[in-house]
Amino acid sequence: MELPLLHLALVGTPNSGKTSLFNALTGSRQKVANYPGVTVERKEGFFVTPQGRQVSVVDLPGTYSLRGRSPDEEITRDFVLGKASGETVPDLVLCVADSTNLRLTIRLLLELKRTGRPMILVLNMFDIASRRGISVDVERLAKELGVPVVTSIAVRKGGTADLLALTDEISAKLAAEPAENTWRALSVSELRATQREADRIISDCVSLPSRPDTWTARVDAIVLHPVGGLIVLALILFVMFQAVFAWAQPLMELLQSGFDALGDLVHATLPDGLVQSFLQNGVISGVGSVIVFLPQIIIIFLFILLLEDFGYMARAAFLMDRIMGGAGLHGRAFIPLLSSFACAIPGIMATRVIDNKRDRLTTILIAPLMTCSARIPVYTLIISAFIPAKDVWGFINLQGLVMFGLYATGIVSALAVSFLIKFFMLRDYAPAPFMLELPDYKMPRLKSIAIGIFTRAKMFLQRAGTTIFSMMVLIWFLASFPQPPAGATEPAIDFSLAAIIGKALEPLLAPVGFNWQIAVALIPGMAAREVAVAALGTVYAIEGGKEAAEQIGQVLATKWSLATALSMLAWYIFAPQCASTLAVIRRETGSWGWMAATFAYMLVLAYAASLLTYNVAVALGAG
Amino acid sequence: MTNTHDTRREMPLGLAQCGYTGVIQHLSAKDAGSALSDIELESRLIELGFVEGARVEILHEGLVGRDPIAVRVDNITIAVRRREAMAIIVA
Ligand SMILES: Nc1nc2c(ncn2[C@@H]2O[C@H](COP(=O)(O)OP(=O)(O)O)[C@@H](O)[C@H]2O)c(=O)[nH]1
Ligand SMILES: [Mg+2]
Repeated sequence: MELPLLHLALVGTPNSGKTSLFNALTGSRQKVANYPGVTVERKEGFFVTPQGRQVSVVDLPGTYSLRGRSPDEEITRDFVLGKASGETVPDLVLCVADSTNLRLTIRLLLELKRTGRPMILVLNMFDIASRRGISVDVERLAKELGVPVVTSIAVRKGGTADLLALTDEISAKLAAEPAENTWRALSVSELRATQREADRIISDCVSLPSRPDTWTARVDAIVLHPVGGLIVLALILFVMFQAVFAWAQPLMELLQSGFDALGDLVHATLPDGLVQSFLQNGVISGVGSVIVFLPQIIIIFLFILLLEDFGYMARAAFLMDRIMGGAGLHGRAFIPLLSSFACAIPGIMATRVIDNKRDRLTTILIAPLMTCSARIPVYTLIISAFIPAKDVWGFINLQGLVMFGLYATGIVSALAVSFLIKFFMLRDYAPAPFMLELPDYKMPRLKSIAIGIFTRAKMFLQRAGTTIFSMMVLIWFLASFPQPPAGATEPAIDFSLAAIIGKALEPLLAPVGFNWQIAVALIPGMAAREVAVAALGTVYAIEGGKEAAEQIGQVLATKWSLATALSMLAWYIFAPQCASTLAVIRRETGSWGWMAATFAYMLVLAYAASLLTYNVAVALGAG
Repeated sequence: MTNTHDTRREMPLGLAQCGYTGVIQHLSAKDAGSALSDIELESRLIELGFVEGARVEILHEGLVGRDPIAVRVDNITIAVRRREAMAIIVA
């Protein structure tokens, strides 16, 4: 007989090993999506029990109680209570505990019991507990709590065998109607009483560690040292930047030449015409120009997942909290902003670690101001064409200085915007207090890192295949239609809708020194900023596209004034026109409004910065 | 430490130096000046294990304003800002 799908939910405090357990149970049979309307990642996986029962399991966000003080925690509460829209009530709740640290989880479990859902207490990380000399009287604990208890080692092969067996045993005798739900939010005195009760049960059933974790204490003596800790953090960042920019480069070039070769192949095999142009320019080079960032995204997530698994992330937030607090940012915003130097998309996705809504929103809004790697081709092109490679003050290269200035302006603007948001827009939100558990250090696990990277890469590629693909088709269409009349000598793009739009936009952009060709180049730059380089090439009818970047530079140097070039650089510091960033903001904030707000404020900043730069430059004689 | 606490003066944990060890006497959210409501702050502190009788030790502190602090509460470590730690009265 085919049994119905059994629904499990993993609940527990942060760092108790829920995700590791989830990975151990489901392997790679996972689906990552978002809960409708909120930014919280929803992870569901599937497996089959030893007795052949089909099971679906959901990894819920970590929580210390069912009060639901952040969007993450609300999800957990609503899910357990069966109030989450479109979700099935879990048949069985697995309450996951870090066996070395039972106090908070046992209190959570006592609260969970009131929901009446069938439940198992999973004493995870039992290996670490045994090593530290913690012993648990499992039978007595189960009796005191009135809940079945099982030990588990999520990161060891076979470490979940007991849990699987118990799941089979319990699911066989699940009552059709579970007990009544008597849960309501606990008052302070009830919370206290529950904690007392938990502490009493623990002192009856658990003999506490004789050996605390000296390893963590020793590492923290350096890593959390007020000065030494910041130096360590700076070193880690340096290596991370080095990896993202230098190590990823060969892979990115490989991908780029792969896409170029594919484009050339299409060019050679298909007859000249619309289909050829659509495949080569619209699909392959368009989608390709985004997929080349995959190595950078993988490297960034590799670092983030490694640091997270190791337990360092909470420490980085601790070190940076006050330093970033001056600009109205939460300590936890540090890592997402850092990731945004590669690409705002993983950066914005990483804001999920921030539990306060206001702080998360501020971080999402300013993340695109961090100079992402897609701006580098544009910067490089203009700087090498217009800025002389001479030294200033004897030792600083002027081109390098301009590049540094562009990065610095981006960071300073981000901090300023965050400051303004804090003071004017989101004042009614209480600033989130910084309260964070600093978990014991753990050796990162290859398997969970691999699964984490795999799911992120898959999401990124899916997006490249859908959103970005449709964007590219649209842009290709604008740049290709209508077709030039027979015998026309001007570049085909002159006759296209893109040129019509470019010329229509020209009066708007003239005050900042942009001609219609720039306006046209900004349009394909919507899909991915660096496409603007290739677009300028097309517009100025230069053969060779991206490879001829230096040649484009020479042409630009004759066609643009220095003021126009500087204005373009200033524009690209803010560069609001990145469709994929806007799409991810829309998805992560769940709101078209915030997407529009981001676009609008960046557009205003870009325009103002260009206007200022252009006019100052013209006044100084660079026009 | 446990039997000396009644002879020591009560003070908020938020004022204690790095290296301080003591026992939580009670929570007093209204003195903390946190942006959270008193009830919310108290609930969160309890949820992180800051309950009466728990042993605390300040292990680390940040660079700017010696804030935030990393506090050992029984056998876990919690990072809090001094402002919120003002609600934790220790001795
Ligand atoms: N030694 C050991 N480490 C574990 C075990 N379960 C999880 N971990 C580690 O604990 C850390 C936190 O686990 P994670 O699954 O991310 O916790 P979550 O926050 O509850 O999802 C990771 O570094 C895991 O590798 C276990 O049973 N034994
Ligand atoms: Mg997790």
